[in-house]
Amino acid sequence: MLRFEARAQPSTGWAYASPLLALTITVVVGVGLFVLLGKDPVRGLQIFFWEPIKSGYAWSELIVKATPLLIIGLGLAVCFRSNVWNIGAEGQYLIGAIFATWVALQADADTSRWIVVAVLLAGALGGMVWAGITALLRDRFNANEILVSLMLVYVAIQVLNYLVYGPWKDPAGFNFPQTQTFEAAAQMPRLMVGSRMNIGILLALAGVVLVWVFLFRTRAGFAQQVGGLAPAAARYAGFSSRRALWTALLVSGGAAGLAGALEVTGPIGQLTPHVPVGYGFAAIIVAFVGRLHPVGIVFSALLMSMFYIGGELAQSRMGLPRSITGVFQGLLLFALLACDTLINYRLVWFTPAKLRATPSSERRLELGGAGPVAALKEGSAGPRVAKEKS
Amino acid sequence: MTTPRLQLTGITKRYPGVVANRAISLNVLPGEIHAVLGENGAGKSTLMKVIYGAVKPDEGAVVFNGQPVQVRNPQDARALGISMVFQHFSLFDTLTVAENVWLGLDKSLSLAEVSASITAKAAEYGLDIDPARPVHTLSVGEMQRVEIIRALLTSPQLLILDEPTSVLTPQAVEKLFTVLRKLAAEGCSILYISHKLHEIRALCNACTVLRGGQVTGVCDPRQENNASLSRLMIGAEPPALKVRAQQPGVTVLLVDGLSLASAEPFGTDLHSIALRVRAGEVVGIAGVSGNGQSELLRSLSGEDMRASAQSICVADQSAGRLSPGQRRALGLHFVPEERLGRGAVPTLSLAHNLLLTRRDAVGAFGWIRVGALRRQAADIIARYQVKANGPNAAAKSLSGGNLQKFIVGREIEAIRQFAWPAQELAHPLGGPGEARVGGHVGLLIVSQPTWGVDVGAAAQIRGEILALRDAGCAVLVVSEELEELFEICDRLHVIAKGRLSPSVDRVDASTELIGQWMSGLWDAADQQHAAEADHAAV
Repeated sequence: MLRFEARAQPSTGWAYASPLLALTITVVVGVGLFVLLGKDPVRGLQIFFWEPIKSGYAWSELIVKATPLLIIGLGLAVCFRSNVWNIGAEGQYLIGAIFATWVALQADADTSRWIVVAVLLAGALGGMVWAGITALLRDRFNANEILVSLMLVYVAIQVLNYLVYGPWKDPAGFNFPQTQTFEAAAQMPRLMVGSRMNIGILLALAGVVLVWVFLFRTRAGFAQQVGGLAPAAARYAGFSSRRALWTALLVSGGAAGLAGALEVTGPIGQLTPHVPVGYGFAAIIVAFVGRLHPVGIVFSALLMSMFYIGGELAQSRMGLPRSITGVFQGLLLFALLACDTLINYRLVWFTPAKLRATPSSERRLELGGAGPVAALKEGSAGPRVAKEKS
Repeated sequence: MTTPRLQLTGITKRYPGVVANRAISLNVLPGEIHAVLGENGAGKSTLMKVIYGAVKPDEGAVVFNGQPVQVRNPQDARALGISMVFQHFSLFDTLTVAENVWLGLDKSLSLAEVSASITAKAAEYGLDIDPARPVHTLSVGEMQRVEIIRALLTSPQLLILDEPTSVLTPQAVEKLFTVLRKLAAEGCSILYISHKLHEIRALCNACTVLRGGQVTGVCDPRQENNASLSRLMIGAEPPALKVRAQQPGVTVLLVDGLSLASAEPFGTDLHSIALRVRAGEVVGIAGVSGNGQSELLRSLSGEDMRASAQSICVADQSAGRLSPGQRRALGLHFVPEERLGRGAVPTLSLAHNLLLTRRDAVGAFGWIRVGALRRQAADIIARYQVKANGPNAAAKSLSGGNLQKFIVGREIEAIRQFAWPAQELAHPLGGPGEARVGGHVGLLIVSQPTWGVDVGAAAQIRGEILALRDAGCAVLVVSEELEELFEICDRLHVIAKGRLSPSVDRVDASTELIGQWMSGLWDAADQQHAAEADHAAV
């Protein structure tokens, strides 16, 4: 029989191996999917995993798509570590894009290049305002932040549509629902000729360092996470749960808004109804696959960006539906959640007749049969204390 | 010779890395009240789970009434006639007594029939209970009666009771013993799990002692004394604590007219609590759990900031509305009852857990100096003999006793730094005069200091508390263990139904008196005691 056995210490090895195993499972299931759809699985894998990295240009496109995912994912990592479930980063991203657009539209031919600073600040502010609504409702009325933030995504989409179909429609745009293309001064400076990469990636990498320092080297970051790990301990320590809530939502909202500003004044260059492509949702997966760790999120953002590009290519070259991207993203998240079990548990093969004593110092998880006894206060502590004396 | 009711031979249960039960044999005769004595972690709970079918042993045989049996689950056990009353009740607060009992029974009976049989059983054993009352209106002792009646309704041949007296007043314990003796006289065998020696000697007629998962002795407890039982249980007698008589100093904590409605639906409201803790004394609060202790502690620690500002004074400052951090700045440090999840974050390292209440390793802009933090944790681990895998060990990897030592160490060291900031941390505590060297007096509030802690660690923690007192700090201890309070306190209060009794000096207190007060009876009968206590407190 196979059973799970609790590890005494979470396995560090599996903490790193689990995302790789999850990726492997995703690939295997992906191959099966291609076969069932009657497509060449080798070609499919090539499009998803080789095409996006086969050249310098491909890499730059990968980074262009990874940048918003990375920025939003970093903010969400802070948020999720505080046990605040902001599911509406997509909405905050859109409002950030809208605020940034308003500033960018103020520019004319003589405007200084420094307007991009205002554009970015406006974007971050927009995201904060939108996330602030969620924080306010949760704080004042204890409204569930998952529902509120998610619902606000759809409100944000309607706001966007209203603006591009209405007041902000480009008069010279042949009635297309979009704003005019931003002045060059208001567009994000690109890093090199021949690539769409802009300063966003530099901001994102600075964000990685900032978030790491905040989480692991400041008392405020520590307090923020204790609220998520053990609320009673946070109350005992005197860490304010309200401050944690507001910080979590404002940081993640601000990051999402910043990403929106970068996107709309960067690769897109104008506000259109096609701004929402699900970065805000994909970033949730990015944050978790990256272990809510700023460095891990760099890799998961690249991976998720690969899926985006692969999905687009699969659509154009293999005639696969666009939803294939979402399928891959979901597969990866589920595989990861399953593989993460191995961090805290390990699989053991055992025969009930001759159970041999395992040498290491682990406890076994009694699967079933424990009944109400498992709820005994010191139930599991008993054998551990005994161990210490032996 | 009569057939034993229950016979265990060679029961062994291994968990990875630890043998919880090693070749345990146990014989229980019909009508016998058999004690299973052992420290926390000695393997008592595992053995009971084996008997009750909740855990499957790796080796060994269970013989019930002369028949070898395989108890695969609790249903099997109940079918055989084995019932168990757990330490922590499984009752639904919102349902009535009868509904709760009904849930565990055969569905063929109607609720009215169940109510009738509850009343009948209750009358038979003198367990006074109204089947129609909702459980949340019951006291803890009454809840236990419900659990016992539920067990009795299955007409058990063997009743297992796990630490049944931890929630009872001394008077209620006597009542329980009467019931158990009556049951035993009728032929029901009772397995009585406890670590309280005097109870076992008063009640049981056989005793199996466990230590480290093994049987270390089988005896007739009536023939033994506390010292001999204690030797069997822990291998040695706990060292006696040295208590120095001391003249208390200035008032450090003054609680006056603290009234507070509970923040939780089934909590206890506090009614005009008055309390004074002075430098150089340990004040204890006794009481059955659930009588307002947690509410009082939360308002003292600052986790609940709804009390009026003047009702709590720390070092002559109104502290009722201060946050836990602000109270720490006044020298108030608190060790909560729950170690994992409140006193420490389970998944974080010991070093990081220091940051909950300490700022020593925090620099400008809240920057955490990781090296200093680790050294500080290593210091506490060394000083308080915490068995841990270094400062980076996760809090949850420690046993209860060791984590408690770490948390107590964290708070006591904080108080030392507060009271003697100029001195080196490692400097041993001096005499009472030193308390005001730094111009401050620290205050330690401890809840259940040794709950679930092994005897060695418990003695060490009590010793540290007394050392702090002897150094001139003020200590408030809230505990359900009367023996512990009598051991370390200078004065005692009792909390009952959210009201606090006047204080009584330890030398004037007796178990009977405290037991009576635990039922809330101090107003009428104890006017003169109250007067004395007030006199002593002024």
